[in-house]
Amino acid sequence: MILPLRLEGISFRHIIQPLSLEIGAGPSTIILGANGAGKSVLMRLMHGLLAPSAGRVAWSGPDARRKQAMVFQRPVMLRRSALANVAYAVAAAGIGEAEKIAMEALREVGLAHLAHRPARVLSGGEQQRLALARAWALHPEVLFLDEPTASLDPSATREIEAVIRAFDASGTKIVMATHNLGQARRLGDEVLFIHQGRLVERAPVERFFRQPGTAEAAAFIKGELPWA
Amino acid sequence: MHNILGHPQLWDIVALSLRVSLSAVALATLAGLPLGAAIAVGRFPGRAAVIVLLNALMGLPPVVVGLAVYLLLSRAGPLGDLGLLFTPAAMVAAQTILILPIIAALSRQAVEDAWREYAEQLRSLGVDGLRAALTVLWDVRFSLLTAVLAGLGRASAEVGAVMIVGGNIDGVTRVMTTAIALETSKGDLPLALGLGIVLIAIVLVLNAAAFLVKEAAQRRYG
Amino acid sequence: MGLIQRLALLMLLVSPVQAQERFITVASTTSTEQSGLFKHLLPVFEKQAGIQVRVVALGTGQALHMGRRGDADVVFVHAQPLEEKFVAEGHGVRRLAVMYNEFVLVGPRSDPAQVAGTKDIARALQKIHAARAPFVSRGDRSGTHFAELQLWKAAGVDIAKQKGAWYRDTGSGMGPTLNTAAAMNGYALSDRATWLAFKNRGELAIAVQGDKRLFNQYGVILVNPAKHPHVKREAGQRFIDWLVSAEGQQAIAAYRIDGQQLFFPNAGN
Repeated sequence: MILPLRLEGISFRHIIQPLSLEIGAGPSTIILGANGAGKSVLMRLMHGLLAPSAGRVAWSGPDARRKQAMVFQRPVMLRRSALANVAYAVAAAGIGEAEKIAMEALREVGLAHLAHRPARVLSGGEQQRLALARAWALHPEVLFLDEPTASLDPSATREIEAVIRAFDASGTKIVMATHNLGQARRLGDEVLFIHQGRLVERAPVERFFRQPGTAEAAAFIKGELPWA
Repeated sequence: MHNILGHPQLWDIVALSLRVSLSAVALATLAGLPLGAAIAVGRFPGRAAVIVLLNALMGLPPVVVGLAVYLLLSRAGPLGDLGLLFTPAAMVAAQTILILPIIAALSRQAVEDAWREYAEQLRSLGVDGLRAALTVLWDVRFSLLTAVLAGLGRASAEVGAVMIVGGNIDGVTRVMTTAIALETSKGDLPLALGLGIVLIAIVLVLNAAAFLVKEAAQRRYG
Repeated sequence: MGLIQRLALLMLLVSPVQAQERFITVASTTSTEQSGLFKHLLPVFEKQAGIQVRVVALGTGQALHMGRRGDADVVFVHAQPLEEKFVAEGHGVRRLAVMYNEFVLVGPRSDPAQVAGTKDIARALQKIHAARAPFVSRGDRSGTHFAELQLWKAAGVDIAKQKGAWYRDTGSGMGPTLNTAAAMNGYALSDRATWLAFKNRGELAIAVQGDKRLFNQYGVILVNPAKHPHVKREAGQRFIDWLVSAEGQQAIAAYRIDGQQLFFPNAGN
């Protein structure tokens, strides 16, 4: 078990002010905030794509690298078939029978019929689902999602959310950044509200929306926060 | 036109031109692709200067390369004992040096652009360093084909380097470009022009074939 | 083996494999190559001796330079003073006369300097200088260039000081020089052999010929193996011996273009 994840006084240049928090197993965590609040940077610090300017990112178990996966706002696919893309990730993780596992993952997200199609000719929604299949095939303990549906239309968004729910149900810890309030309510159990690089409020999702504890959170929910 | 096609050594000259330039392209690709990829992906002090230098070297004058290689391979030079001067091997060496910067610089560009797109995702998947570079390199293989073609075009078209290090020896180191230069010197302009058309035709065919390959690949892999 | 040697081996492997035949490298002039003499002459020798003759055709100056560097086994050029200097400096073993031909002055049929038909080359050059008629020089330290400079001296013209825009120094071989002369309707000094083989004459024709000073002697020299141990002494000497032999001399005399003999064997002179 690599959770809980402890962030100890981490900061990143001027974007993230020194913050400490602990993310435990179980409830899906939504990182909520306006554009530019620092959600993406915080996600990358947690996943290890960025090194903090100060402080420590501490996982609780060995081999944390392999037990996480991340899905980005825009899916990045190699010039190969859908199946090959997933198999690539599985093989890179040192897992055997890559193609078999990849096929299962494709079935899980409903893309089996497109297995041999070139990944880059799939629609935006299909590619994002493929990215989720790729993450699924790795059976991560923690799945980071950075605004996974920001570029998608409503029906594609619904499909993605369904897959995320399936991940959650299977026991994977979800950590998702979004600025979409409805999505946060639909998928999240707890909310970490980020404002100008600081963790301003942390609460269970229903309480956060019904009774925000801080002025910034209240303003954000009312949709009054400036987006700069 | 059948005058040219009847030129007794035309096909020998064409064959030698292809062997020399294709060998040079093969060697330059072997060295240049990894070099370009390494520069694209690596981070080291002076990287910007190296990139500028590499781009500048794309414009190396063939005659200067020829002169430099001549001085190296001449009996009076440091590598004289190899006895490579005035052989096709010397021509391959000179052309390889000439087009290495082209292939390295263009592949650096292709890999760097792709790297920007892929780096984060690959790192997230735990793919780093050499493995990541090779994945990206394979992924942009069709763009790299363009770089290789640019090198082939430069090699087939140049006369300065092969003339000096090859000596344009009849039956030994005479290639299309040096043959054209010779026939022009002799005032046999129709023959020179004819040879020129044959040369252009060959390069056109190579380019067309590569274009078709790239198109087909684009359709297949997206 | 060092990295360079390994790379060189790789080069040899990828280069077109050639039968390991015996061959010599001969540094010669553009006039002998471009007139077609070698194409006619060499197959005869190669068949008889089983030695391939690889000719690198440059100007006389460059050919001698190649000999000095040891990049050729035999030097076959046409500038006697320069050849004798080459031997005196120890770069060559011995100079032997092989054949001669003549220079001719070619010029436009319109003949602005009015020299056509003269037999006096010095007088003709004086008139060209006086008329500032366009004159194209090889300017490439070749035997022909060397001869041209001697002729200006004989005409009493210090060409280095007295040239003007009318004197075009192309720094190139005989063919390109004739191309330039044809294109600009200028005068040029050429060897008769190259002229006869030259196809792009435009308005040019022979203006002056027959002067004794237009005599052009060719010599052959073995590059000194004492200075350059790798020189193929035996094969090179065999070629030289053949050139001055009755058979070689006959082969030289037999070469014609349109029935005209281009080179006149005179070994033993």
